[in-house]
Amino acid sequence: MKLSCRIEWCGWMENVHKIEVGISNADGIKKAILTDLGIKGVTKVEVINVYILEGVGLSDEDLTFLGEELFSDPIVEQYSIDKPLKGKFDGSIAEVGYKPGVTDNVGKTTVEAVKDALTIELNAAYSLKQYIFYGIDVKTADIIVRDLLANELIERWNVKKGQTYTGFDIFVPKVKLEKEPTVETIDLDVSDEDLLKISHDRVLALNLEEMRAIKDHFISTKDERQKLGLTQNPTDVELECLAQTWSEHCKHKIFNALIEYNEGDKRETIDSLFKTYIKGATDKINSDYLVSVFKDNAGVIQFNEDYTVCMKVETHNSPTALDPYGGALTGIVGCNRDPAGTGKGFKLIFNTDVFCFGSPFYEGEIPPRLFHPRRVLKGVHKGIIDGGNQSGIPTVNGSLYFDKRFSGKPLVFCGTGGIAPTIIDHEPTHEKKPKINDLAVMVGGRIGADGIHGATFSSLEINENSPATAVQIGSPIVQKKMLDFLLEARDRKLINAITDNGAGGLSSSFGEMGEDVGVRLDLEKPPLKYSGLMPWEILLSEAQERMSVAVSPKNLDKFMNLAKKHSVEATVVGEFNGSKEFQLYYNGQLAGNIPMKFLHDGVPQKHMKGIWNPKNESDPNFDEPKDYNTFLKEMLGRLNICSKEESIVRRYDHEVQGKTIIKPFVGLKHDGPSDSAILRPLFKSWEGLAVSHGLCPRFSDIDTYHMAANAIDEAVRNAVCTGGDPDYMAGLDNFCWAMGFDEKDEIKYTGLLVRANKALYDITTHYNLPLISGKDSMRNDYKIGDNAVSVPPTLMFSVISKVPDIRKAVTMDVKNEGDLVYLLGITKKEFGSTEYYQELELKGGKVPKVEPKSAIERYRKYHQAVKKDLIESGHDCSDGGLAVALAESAFAGAIGMKINLSKVPATNCNRNDEILFSESPSRLIITIKPENKNRIESIFEDQVISNIGTVIGNKLKIKGLDGNNIVNEDVSELKLAWQKTLHFLTGRVD
Amino acid sequence: MVDVCILTGYGINSDYESKYAFELAGAENVQRVHVNKFINNNDLLDNYQILMFPGGFSFGDHLGSGRVLANKFRYSLREELTKYIQDGKLIFGVCNGFQILVKMGLLPALKAEYYKQTVSLVGNKSGQFESRWITLKPHDSKCIWTKGYNANLELPVRHGEGQFVVKNKEILKTLWRVKMIPFTYTLSEYPANPNGSIDDIAGICDETGRIFGMMPHPECHLFDYHHPEWTRGYKPEINGLKIFQNAVGFIRDNYE
Repeated sequence: MKLSCRIEWCGWMENVHKIEVGISNADGIKKAILTDLGIKGVTKVEVINVYILEGVGLSDEDLTFLGEELFSDPIVEQYSIDKPLKGKFDGSIAEVGYKPGVTDNVGKTTVEAVKDALTIELNAAYSLKQYIFYGIDVKTADIIVRDLLANELIERWNVKKGQTYTGFDIFVPKVKLEKEPTVETIDLDVSDEDLLKISHDRVLALNLEEMRAIKDHFISTKDERQKLGLTQNPTDVELECLAQTWSEHCKHKIFNALIEYNEGDKRETIDSLFKTYIKGATDKINSDYLVSVFKDNAGVIQFNEDYTVCMKVETHNSPTALDPYGGALTGIVGCNRDPAGTGKGFKLIFNTDVFCFGSPFYEGEIPPRLFHPRRVLKGVHKGIIDGGNQSGIPTVNGSLYFDKRFSGKPLVFCGTGGIAPTIIDHEPTHEKKPKINDLAVMVGGRIGADGIHGATFSSLEINENSPATAVQIGSPIVQKKMLDFLLEARDRKLINAITDNGAGGLSSSFGEMGEDVGVRLDLEKPPLKYSGLMPWEILLSEAQERMSVAVSPKNLDKFMNLAKKHSVEATVVGEFNGSKEFQLYYNGQLAGNIPMKFLHDGVPQKHMKGIWNPKNESDPNFDEPKDYNTFLKEMLGRLNICSKEESIVRRYDHEVQGKTIIKPFVGLKHDGPSDSAILRPLFKSWEGLAVSHGLCPRFSDIDTYHMAANAIDEAVRNAVCTGGDPDYMAGLDNFCWAMGFDEKDEIKYTGLLVRANKALYDITTHYNLPLISGKDSMRNDYKIGDNAVSVPPTLMFSVISKVPDIRKAVTMDVKNEGDLVYLLGITKKEFGSTEYYQELELKGGKVPKVEPKSAIERYRKYHQAVKKDLIESGHDCSDGGLAVALAESAFAGAIGMKINLSKVPATNCNRNDEILFSESPSRLIITIKPENKNRIESIFEDQVISNIGTVIGNKLKIKGLDGNNIVNEDVSELKLAWQKTLHFLTGRVD
Repeated sequence: MVDVCILTGYGINSDYESKYAFELAGAENVQRVHVNKFINNNDLLDNYQILMFPGGFSFGDHLGSGRVLANKFRYSLREELTKYIQDGKLIFGVCNGFQILVKMGLLPALKAEYYKQTVSLVGNKSGQFESRWITLKPHDSKCIWTKGYNANLELPVRHGEGQFVVKNKEILKTLWRVKMIPFTYTLSEYPANPNGSIDDIAGICDETGRIFGMMPHPECHLFDYHHPEWTRGYKPEINGLKIFQNAVGFIRDNYE
């Protein structure tokens, strides 16, 4: 869809004023121009904030008052009204503002603030920024704005020469849609070819079978429709609603497909991966702490008698590829709405963030419509900073993973957890049920053209025609206000059911909420940002910060008054009515009528084929590193191993709400990588919640079965390390897959998907680890022209785990000189797709394989030892193997270690590198006090365990298999090697 | 009975833990009250002896951190606030709350000239949001909130705009002379001084010592398990709880 708008340009406009405020230094931008763009010659950068006020009745006095009291800080800033703040200078100046229709959060706040100050209600306010570049010409400045500061999809800019600068003309980015809202019908009584054309032209993302199913439905219900005054042909409202509801994003058609699967000589038919492996595993495990799984926006488990906790993880890959900042921001605040829209609503207590990007050091050409991975990283990072921090939710766990194949579509996983009282006034909080005659109420932001076709768009590969309206910008503050209000409404029992407006907007929220009873919506009722939207657009818009609520008529006044107290907009837009139909009206006219049964169950099951053939896992011949001291430091500096602390994580608020007991970075200087976070969700209990994840797309190069198995094992191991109870865990599966570019690709990727699901079933059933929620994003492919790239098949696995007593928690940093170092678990020569082989640029080798039976026993015993206070430090051994894990534990505690490799329990390892860098899973390194030696050894009696060294001195000293010292390095040097890789990403100017 | 009002709404986000801090300090009646309830009910302030502006992102820091909420109070509650201050009651601002007090002109309010901004909190020198634990050095001051802090206090900071700046050197001299600076960061170097504040100032009070604001978060260091090094057996000499206890004690001594 294209916005047809009239853009107003002129130097002066009636009732429009421009206030400029500044001028502040922007050394960070100056630094980024040099480091990110390699552009030299910029001697200084300054920034001016610009506000455009549109409204009647602002006197000169009013404007001066606003300039002084509202817009400028009297201590450090100046302002100007209706004239440029900056005079002539040697360089170039750019002014950047949003395009029409893009959410302008600062503009919205300005309207409210002006009302407070002057009791004058503006029509609108807009925010812009001016960037002043000293020492460069207009052309260079334009490149800087385009490649660093602005995004063409959502912003416009203008650049002028400093020596002749006399200000910019005023630009009012007001949307003016010059069309009358109408409802069209679409003739589906056409050939198959034309059916596909309709699907393609309207961005419905429906295949022929699905289009035919829709056509058949409308033909067969012709008579009933006639009685309602509808024609045989569907209206655009109906067709768009069906396409949205049936999108891959919403209906998970691939996970529900009938798959013919071939593995070597074996053939089998799988009727739904979801039912067979995911739900199948959870049904089999059937843990008694499960409360609500797979049916709501987030999975819910019992935390203790009085409280339940829930979690959801979402991906927001396609929008992030188009606008890294807006995509990530919307990703996290959008995910927040899932727990908030679970049951009758949960209070949000933590966020997690996992990103997969191309290398920030990439130096090649960037294909069309893509950003440099460094810009993606920075934009996403800023989006998460703003989204998470401003929402008042601590970001407690996450990771960053790099592989060049993520440069086509970056993966952005955003997770959110919530807590709620189990029962509020005799009613379980996790249950939602709209009752007949309940009112359908939309709460929060207004509807615009933003995000229309988000659900269908994310189910397609990115190409030249991707609609720009797929980009939205969330407002964490608007949402925080709304969620504060809804929590209070819940506690006052004013909410019968709640769900969020994400993909598919109202169509999805009320369509799902009303599935059992039926619902009528009046599409002229939802408040709009601007007029001119078509009824189907109102139904599908993915404008942010909105929730849909079922409210009983008797509670409506109370609900509305409470909304007013919180300055939140709430509007009755329809009614749940017992019709079992989705009835869509516009100005009293029926614009669509879809039986709920057809809407939700009518999508034909997809038929797919999958093939998988095992790969040869033989190792190449190569020499081991000559200098392990240097080599270990190189390993520590690798992108997927190095510290993300100063560059990424210190920018997130980890501690708001006062409940973060184990933080993302631990140890003497708070700079060692914690295996998982631990929260103490209730101030009055010592019970805790561990939050962790596992991710290892590398192993997909050999076998997605082991990629998935390792990801699950890593997530569990991380939670166990800090004190999570291995018998009280819940998992969340997020699949980000590719489907390639032709049928052959699709068969291959489907085979890989089946393999991963088999592992998911095998490992979780062995671990007694129920799955409570998940999500899939299936088409992470990019193709424009000759550039084609697909992401490596990726399972991101999250775990939440009960911690019986947070006072027993364990961190990964070594604690005391003289403590004994133990390795738990066996080391094998498993080099396939490891960080070690990638460092050496070697292919082949055996992929690390999880042995679930012994692994879960090990975790249970570890947990026993934690409960008995026997473990001083415990660290997971993963990326980079034993050597990296030892170095991390040592430098985090700022004490050295003496390690003897011949003490490491290993099979088939004849070389030092095989012990140091193998990534055999399920291993943990612990340190214990010498006096606890016997107790530890007796707890782990049946397990592979060995005392491999001692905590001592200030160096990591490793004795090789032949008895010679192969590593002998100060822990501070190792730490430096680990920390410096991403230092260039910090905003600091030094 | 000690009655505490914790403001909430519009993006304030540290209200629950601030409430818990006052409860732990012994206050009997701690309420989270929406800003709009104050704006629409001018007598409400009479019900409380302690008013706290907690941390958060009121109005998303748009138009400068704390500015919009500061103006809301300045324009609609000026008389009531003046009376509240004259009655000898207490006001506390943390992080965004400190920014609000400064921009409202309640801090430092030299010579009791309230509602005139003379200092500010601006973007961190590092140009970025800082989330880390820092150490505060206590100074002899008029502040009733920080009495009895004889050892360094470790707290988390979480802010993007915490650089304390003054309009002129005279103001800075006065702040020191009149003993209005209860806490400074222990070192001037980044990141010990996380934002580049002048003279490493982390918090200031007014001349009465009853209005106090600081950037670091005392409500996030109330017990040993809050500290990042607790698993190392480290037990700090003092934590943030005393700030809240001092306030509750002050009200008990002066209002009961």
